[in-house]
Amino acid sequence: MEALYLLIPLSVAVVFVAIWIFFRASDSGQFDDLVGPGMRILQDDDSVQSEISSSNNKDNLRHPD
Amino acid sequence: MASALNYNYKVVKQFAIATVVWGVVGMLVGVIIAAQLAWPALNFDTAWLTYGRLRPLHTNAVIFAFGGCALFATSYYVVQRTCQVRLFSDTLASITFWGWQLVIVAAAISLPLGFTQGKEYAELEWPIDLLIAVVWVSYAVVFFGTLIKRKTSHIYVANWFFGAFILTVAILHIVNSAAMPATLTKSYSAYTGVQDAMIQWWYGHNAVGFFLTAGFLGMMYYFIPKQAERPVFSYRLSIVHFWALIFTYMWAGPHHLHYTALPDWAQSVGMVFSLILLAPSWGGMINGIMTLSGAWHKLRSDPILKFLVVSLSFYGMSTFEGPMMSIKTVNALSHYTDWTVGHVHSGALGWVGFITMGSIYYLIPRLSGKKAMWSTQLIEWHFWVATIGVVLYIASMWIAGVMQGLMWRAVNGDGTLTYSFVEGVKATFPYYVIRVTGGALYLAGMLMMAFNVFKTVQGGQAVDARIASPSVAHV
Repeated sequence: MEALYLLIPLSVAVVFVAIWIFFRASDSGQFDDLVGPGMRILQDDDSVQSEISSSNNKDNLRHPD
Repeated sequence: MASALNYNYKVVKQFAIATVVWGVVGMLVGVIIAAQLAWPALNFDTAWLTYGRLRPLHTNAVIFAFGGCALFATSYYVVQRTCQVRLFSDTLASITFWGWQLVIVAAAISLPLGFTQGKEYAELEWPIDLLIAVVWVSYAVVFFGTLIKRKTSHIYVANWFFGAFILTVAILHIVNSAAMPATLTKSYSAYTGVQDAMIQWWYGHNAVGFFLTAGFLGMMYYFIPKQAERPVFSYRLSIVHFWALIFTYMWAGPHHLHYTALPDWAQSVGMVFSLILLAPSWGGMINGIMTLSGAWHKLRSDPILKFLVVSLSFYGMSTFEGPMMSIKTVNALSHYTDWTVGHVHSGALGWVGFITMGSIYYLIPRLSGKKAMWSTQLIEWHFWVATIGVVLYIASMWIAGVMQGLMWRAVNGDGTLTYSFVEGVKATFPYYVIRVTGGALYLAGMLMMAFNVFKTVQGGQAVDARIASPSVAHV
């Protein structure tokens, strides 16, 4: 099964790269707050009313709530 | 530069509309080939209309054109909105759009003409493969470039899924498509025999796992919370879901090669990894569905949310069915039957199709400067017609598949086969007709969506969506 001589090292390498990325992200604090980020995307108002008001009134940076 | 203060909605809108157009085309071809299986005369004795040539056209159109454009559209939208920054490069983003459309058109011409590498879901000949590689590298540069210049410190979980999908598909495509060109339209794979089969299904199943699952889970983790206006049930679980999937997915491929020339131990490894996958898959499914806890009433009035949530129930169904079918004794019955086709479509129509439709319905009004889709009632119709279509499709294929498996293995007392192969084909006919009906309903729903999108986009102006300054966005 020569194909496995390619696939196994490749998959193992991918796993090690994933482990490296995971610990790098973890050490840099990516996973410190596991509640806030879920809320934060909801604060980003992407509805159309806000787009129109913000583009019509470019100086008004007050966040609509 | 003023445009740096806005999000790039143009390329998102282009991909979103392309998703709908290619969805109609791909599903139409699907209905045609389903009808050909029931009534073979529909081949019309024309080489380029035969099942063998149209089937790869169908799979390429729905997976890479419909699904691919949806992934481009949603990943470009999500990465911009969650990183609070414009795409890394407008030019490269535009190249990914036109390059991907060129790939699709080249596929739509070359496959019916009979140019194929003969590798399932990787049929396209080497010049198109090279173009795919170029577009994909540009995609990776745009996506990861945007992540790197983000204004927020945290990377939202959806971006992890999109990022893993982009990187893994690049590796899969390059390894599996390695070939020696003979002429412009003919090449020979670098692998032969069972080696080729192993590489092909390592590619094939990981394409399911990363193209058709990880990318669409990225959509799920953004569009379900946004549409439900609730944070994801457990953000912690979403991170665990991601890493568990990444570490366990790679080795499920051999379950496509049970009872073949592949060594037994490799088949067993494939089966074990497929069974393990049930855990992260169901963790993610429950996480998505429970996002609606306390907001279940929204399902009554919001058809977009219906699409998004029902997609997860199909995700749960097919990720239970898949590991079950990978068990060797179950596979002995299901392999080569229409059960497999039913399983694939429960994932494709129910999970990938529905999450895409929900996400595109979310995006289209926002990209066209409209408050909502032209008709919410029509979305409701689309949802029910499509749901009935999926149920007819998968139920008929389950029955047909189990019946075929039982007929093929039935033996008389003297050891001869009870049924000839053609008797199995004959018995399948009514289920093929039900399958065409289900597929036609699903296509009808897609046509409603196309009409609704057309009416919504018509007369809308290009939206300049300003990037909120981070200090303000958090009050």
